[in-house]
Amino acid sequence: MILGRIKGNIVASAQYPCYDGQRILIVQPIDEKGDDKGDSFLACDAAQAAPGDVVLVEREGNTARQLLGTANDPFHAVIVGIVDKISNK
Amino acid sequence: MQLAKVVGTIVSTQKDNSLKGYKLLMIQPLTDELKPSGVAIAAIDAVQAGVGDLVHWVTAREASLVMENSFAPVDAAITGIVDQVNREIDVIKDKKEIFVSETDEK
Repeated sequence: MILGRIKGNIVASAQYPCYDGQRILIVQPIDEKGDDKGDSFLACDAAQAAPGDVVLVEREGNTARQLLGTANDPFHAVIVGIVDKISNK
Repeated sequence: MQLAKVVGTIVSTQKDNSLKGYKLLMIQPLTDELKPSGVAIAAIDAVQAGVGDLVHWVTAREASLVMENSFAPVDAAITGIVDQVNREIDVIKDKKEIFVSETDEK
């Protein structure tokens, strides 16, 4: 699982059928202090996240399929939670 | 999942039987600002995309799940044609209150 910040969303009409009805959000990976780290990517939303939210993201297919679809759907990244607080030593 | 732009097509005659009948495209992965992210790669097309289209694509094991034979040797697949990218940078609240260090708390 990694930390990310939601930067927005994308809209696609012609897509693989399992993606119909899924929200696809832009995720910017961040470090534990909240600074951007690496390039942004896309993830389906299972936590009703909004732009600006700090979220937990899984970039791994098995989790995504268990949360969003059946064993044969090509989901890869999924947002699994919204972060309230991170304490750093 | 990531954004990408379709930059070319690939023709291949000698290939694994499970890849026959599928279109292969060259895609350039992009960030949300539509800047290149890494090098261009070859991807299987599951949505009839064309050169110049902005698409979203998956990698890893999930890519071969778009194929009829889900054990096909594929590691990138185009899964959708993107119509719109909404970046809501201006309205994002800076959530500094989430990131606290222990020295701040004392």
